[in-house]
Amino acid sequence: MEYCPLVKNILLLDSEGGRIAVKYYSDDWPTNNAKEAFEKSIFTKTHKINARTEAEITMLDSNVVLYKFVQDLHFFVTGGDSENELILSTVLQGFFDAVGILLRGNLNKREALENLDLILLCLDEIIDGGIILETDANVIAGKVASHSVDSAAPLSEQTISQALATAREHFTRSLLSG
Amino acid sequence: MAQYIKKVDDRDEDEYSPFLGIEKGAVLQEARVFNDSQLDSRRCSQVITKLLYLLNQGETFTKVEATEVFFSVTKLFQSKDVGLRRMVYLIIKELSPSSDEVIMVTSSLMKDMNSKTDVYRANAIRVLCRITDATLLTQIERYLKQAVVDKNPVVASAALVSGIHILQTNPEIVKRWSNEVQEAVQSRAALVQFHALALLHQIRQNDRLAVSKLVTSLTRGSVRSPLAQCLLIRYTSQVIRESSTNNQSGERPFYDYLEGCLRHKSEMVILEAARAITEFNGVTSRELTPAITVLQLFLSSSKPVLRFAAVRTLNKVAMTHPMAVTNCNIDMESLISDQNRSIATLAITTLLKTGNESGVDRLMKQITNFMSDIADEFKIVVVDAIRSLCLKFPLKYRSLMNFLSNILREEGGFEYKKAIVDSIVILIRDIPDAKEIGLLHLCEFIEDCEFTYLSTQILHFLGVEGPKTADPSKYIRYIYNRVILENATVRASAVSTLAKFGAVVDSLKPRVFVLLRRCLYDIDDEVRDRATLYLNTLGGDGSVVETDKDVKDFLFGSLDIPLVNLETSLKNYEPTEEPFDINSVENIPAAGNKPTALGAQPPAPASTVDTYENLLSSIPEFSTFGNLFKSSAPVELTEAETEYAVNVVKHIFDKHVVFQYNCTNTIPEQLLENVVVVVDASEAEEFAELATKPLNSLPYGAPGQTFVAFEKPEGVPAVGRFSNVLKFLVKEVDPSSGYAEEDGVEDEYQLEDSEIVAADYMLKVGVSNFRNAWESLGPEFERVDEYGLGPRESLSEAVNAVINLLGMQPCEGTEVVAANSRSHSCLLSGVYIGNVKVLVRLSFGVDSSKEVAMKLAVRSEDESVSDVIHDVVAN
Repeated sequence: MEYCPLVKNILLLDSEGGRIAVKYYSDDWPTNNAKEAFEKSIFTKTHKINARTEAEITMLDSNVVLYKFVQDLHFFVTGGDSENELILSTVLQGFFDAVGILLRGNLNKREALENLDLILLCLDEIIDGGIILETDANVIAGKVASHSVDSAAPLSEQTISQALATAREHFTRSLLSG
Repeated sequence: MAQYIKKVDDRDEDEYSPFLGIEKGAVLQEARVFNDSQLDSRRCSQVITKLLYLLNQGETFTKVEATEVFFSVTKLFQSKDVGLRRMVYLIIKELSPSSDEVIMVTSSLMKDMNSKTDVYRANAIRVLCRITDATLLTQIERYLKQAVVDKNPVVASAALVSGIHILQTNPEIVKRWSNEVQEAVQSRAALVQFHALALLHQIRQNDRLAVSKLVTSLTRGSVRSPLAQCLLIRYTSQVIRESSTNNQSGERPFYDYLEGCLRHKSEMVILEAARAITEFNGVTSRELTPAITVLQLFLSSSKPVLRFAAVRTLNKVAMTHPMAVTNCNIDMESLISDQNRSIATLAITTLLKTGNESGVDRLMKQITNFMSDIADEFKIVVVDAIRSLCLKFPLKYRSLMNFLSNILREEGGFEYKKAIVDSIVILIRDIPDAKEIGLLHLCEFIEDCEFTYLSTQILHFLGVEGPKTADPSKYIRYIYNRVILENATVRASAVSTLAKFGAVVDSLKPRVFVLLRRCLYDIDDEVRDRATLYLNTLGGDGSVVETDKDVKDFLFGSLDIPLVNLETSLKNYEPTEEPFDINSVENIPAAGNKPTALGAQPPAPASTVDTYENLLSSIPEFSTFGNLFKSSAPVELTEAETEYAVNVVKHIFDKHVVFQYNCTNTIPEQLLENVVVVVDASEAEEFAELATKPLNSLPYGAPGQTFVAFEKPEGVPAVGRFSNVLKFLVKEVDPSSGYAEEDGVEDEYQLEDSEIVAADYMLKVGVSNFRNAWESLGPEFERVDEYGLGPRESLSEAVNAVINLLGMQPCEGTEVVAANSRSHSCLLSGVYIGNVKVLVRLSFGVDSSKEVAMKLAVRSEDESVSDVIHDVVAN
């Protein structure tokens, strides 16, 4: 696997560094304490930085960490020292946008916790054992949403609201980048 | 989704969480709903989410709890609810059941694997491959193989990625899918292509030729997915790395492909290709230029990730090729104020590597503003870079030393301060002019230093360096202040330092005695003991003074015994009448590389020379040959994939040559004994065979060596051709029992010829500045002559032929000939047998009929060697 781009972990933390959902794919952090220590140091290092318009990047213990924040949600993707930063960046963007679609634009901690099942499924669809499975946010969200048959919203209606969410997402992004 | 727990009214809105007050015991109770005969799928999903939440928060289940949950979860396969099934898959993966539990779900998962619903198929494959073991794998292998070529990309990807994981534990199963995987590489779905390529490479990774073929075919076609393209670039670099030793023509294979990738529409591919190019072994500036150009564009991107990636790569390039990066200096300077401090630090350290002498002061001013608002870890990086800059431009020591002393006075943690102190110490050692001001800065620092470790280190250093300065007395005040103000450890070390001043500077001796006598009343044992000891040895208490040399040895001499050995000896020492004798401690030198005759030797070859040297000197017949001058790279004497694989390494000594034949027996049914190589040296007149060391036994698969030694006239670069025949006794081996038969048959095997050529007497040793080296050798033994090389294929081919003939190291990238040029100059350097340094300047010219003429100028430390070089070319 030495040549394959690998993701070491994906984290979704709240505005105090607490866990919402985390997934580790590497043996670098064998115990829960080691994991929490890593989360604490990356959070302390980044929480004052404005990573709300563009994803930011830093090094921590010879790992490359990319991060992006929105409201009280902090998204992180970690890769090895020599990993291609732009590959990690597409993973982060995929995760970030997919969560945005799944939460229908209501990106905050409360909404995330209430839909924790969707977020966990989302992580499961992005990475499998460190290997990138999918990076396109629409495809990821589509796969996750197709599993959760929400009895309140029939399938056709759901796809329309999903499409709206996607459209809104794209619109905001084009506004921000322009 | 419904709320799990009713909102507690008196809670603040912000602190609301559906998992507030959640408890493991209660959730495990709730999990009983899985056993209900009428399944409420929504409720079950919620309970699974809660279990997953607990696991995610770091909660652990005991073995019993996990088993219980797992068993009840298996009941949920009855439900047809897609969402619930998906959660069941997740929790099964998280619980990582034991193999006897896995059997419970295997049939359900296999049913899902063959289901009509694609999402079931993809996920069931991933779950099953994650939890299953080898025996079950063989049962499902057939389905997986089909899934690899499934028309649904999600299913195909699931099977391929699972294949990558399984390959780590059960490679033989996955290797059987080769054909299907190859088909999947051609898939239209981007990610299927990516996963298939990753798996295919892993299947073939031990077969160099197959990887090379894979790269050759795919670099021609169009790989659509950017991720797959990145993989292909990585594999291409691997092939380039492994083939570089065989390639003589100077053109790097696949360079055009990588250069083409620099114009790819996806930035991740551009970055991957640029990085691959900058990481070439011995990359030339011509190869670098296009990669640097695209990276420079990234520097001004609006995306921090892109800027970071570019500046990080350029920073690495600057370590080896600072000149190539200077074009980016203006963009770099604007990055000093980048919001992202990692980017700013990388930009500064790059600038420090590429900057020229005149720009140092301006740069230092910019950095001073920057230092105050970055974290310690970045500051350490900057300090290290400044130290190397100072060593590069020693004349600038004043401003750089001032900078270091300024930051030393500012706030900072231990690691940061230590980095600064270490840097100042190194500068003092290497730049004599900087000594006085550096020592004073350190003295100032210990006046107000909170770190005991640093104080003692500095005091020790002062003791060694201070007495040698013009006015040692000015340091005494700082040192004695420590005795008054500091803790016991620092006081003790200050006493030692005082004693060192007293020992070396006679004029200070009486005053040092006064100070040391005061220390006799210190409250700490160690301080008093040291003071007494030093007064005694230096003669301050009126006793008989030991000789001056003894005192200095005692004070300044270092312990020349490895500490580890001393420690073991002390542990073994039994308290008896006999005192501990430090001379009895074993003094085995540390197992490092011994210093070779040349400081400039590249480290990698030096280490192989060392292993060869150890190997040869362990053989009694060869131990008298003296120092090993050079060992060649192995030369294959057999075709690939023949019965016996043999290669030869030529070891060159002053008066001898030893051929080391590395033999491998590739036939499992044979055992070879008494293996020798019979060498016919009739075409090598100056060589006389001296000794042969046969190989007693050569079993299947385990390489062994046999040696043949020749004597040759000293100092003569004798050349010749040797024909080789491998002779041995073959014994049949019963493959089932592994026992060899008693009787064997004599047999022989013809090998290719080996040769000793002039280049074997030359070591490739580069020089960093050819011009300086050339001037310093002087024109005394310079020999210049001109040669006609006749019609050649191209100028570049002629240049390489001469370089290979001489076996010397091309310097400053001059081995690369610009396309279509009519003339070329090439600089070579090397060390000739007898440790004679040789430099060569070659000027080539080519005319319209491709006739190449060459002017050869040689300078060396020995007249005869200069002549020899000309003889080599003339013949």
